[in-house]
Amino acid sequence: MSPASRRALLFAPFAVAAAGGVAFYGMLQGMKTGEYNPRGVPSALIGRNAPDFTLPPLDGADTPPLTSADLRNLPGPVLVNFWASWCVPCIIEHPQLVRLNREGVPVYGIAYKDRPEDSLRFLRQHGNPFRRLSRDEPGRVAIDWGVYGVPETYLLDRQGIIRWRFAGPITPDVLEQDIRPLLRRHAS
Amino acid sequence: MDPQTPGAASGRLASRNALVRPAALSVRARAAFAASARVVRTARLWRNAGRLVLLCGLLAPLSAHAVGNPADMLPDPALEERARNLGRDIRCMVCQNQSIEDSEVGLARDLRLIVRERIVAGDSDAQVMAFLHARYGDFVLLKPPFAWSTAALWATPVVAVLAGLGLIVAMRRRAAAVAGSGPPPLTEEERQRLAALGLPPTGQGQDGTRA
Repeated sequence: MSPASRRALLFAPFAVAAAGGVAFYGMLQGMKTGEYNPRGVPSALIGRNAPDFTLPPLDGADTPPLTSADLRNLPGPVLVNFWASWCVPCIIEHPQLVRLNREGVPVYGIAYKDRPEDSLRFLRQHGNPFRRLSRDEPGRVAIDWGVYGVPETYLLDRQGIIRWRFAGPITPDVLEQDIRPLLRRHAS
Repeated sequence: MDPQTPGAASGRLASRNALVRPAALSVRARAAFAASARVVRTARLWRNAGRLVLLCGLLAPLSAHAVGNPADMLPDPALEERARNLGRDIRCMVCQNQSIEDSEVGLARDLRLIVRERIVAGDSDAQVMAFLHARYGDFVLLKPPFAWSTAALWATPVVAVLAGLGLIVAMRRRAAAVAGSGPPPLTEEERQRLAALGLPPTGQGQDGTRA
């Protein structure tokens, strides 16, 4: 080995460490913007229709129930949001759901493992952004959707095919950077 | 103060002072002190060992058996065994590094119950796994499937072993090349200097060692 290449080899560990540092910085930046989520799990239902289900409505909410029949041949993309009154991040994301509903985006809700009276109290306190609302107290329909926590939000295109799933609260950033572009892309 | 005074706090303090200053005692007392210290040390050792055994005994049931409500178990032990074996390969999506048999999270219990329901309904092991895989994807399987998307994962040990073997072969070759080549031949100037010293111009010392 020539002295030049020997010297080059001396710097190899530094190069490896620098590359690792750049990659780690990229990960941290991605986590900050929400592009990269180390705990996030890709949904197995992307590109498929929503599973068949019928669920009872939330009595007293004056909102029609959501069944899988309502998720076929839609006028535009819709959001399906799994939430619960006992879920703290759901309070964080609620203003964004209210805003989307006010802008005319259909937001459908499924109350997950929640007592009806608690769900009702939550909606009275924070507002009801849901155009359709069902409750899944046993949580079995949620399992058919691949839900593993609340809040979880799915975006379905006009054909009712699941295009996007987000596990976690819809922050204003998620609304602007993910949901709005997706709504535009699947508008037609 | 008399170190033998029993009971009182001052007496205990005094005896403790005596313990740290054995040099002031007679030889016999010192021997007695050493013996008693040994007894205390041994006793402490036994007590700690006893505590350890107790701790292990308390923790053992947690690790040996699945957590959860015994009422959730299937009455048929053979089916329950099947359900447990399946459950050990199913990831708890919430805690992520535990199987559903090891987790007390609500969703893990739901999935445990689903596994048992499917088994009672007559599903094969593969059908139960397919049911969960359709909903939660590859991530729910603690043993990842063999597919293109997991090729890097499965290939890593093979690649690492091959790289290591390659490194060993390369190092051996280099060592052999260094051993075979020997020192470079003498220049004309060096040969003349050797001749001036009265040594043979072969590059070998008189005793056969290399110069």
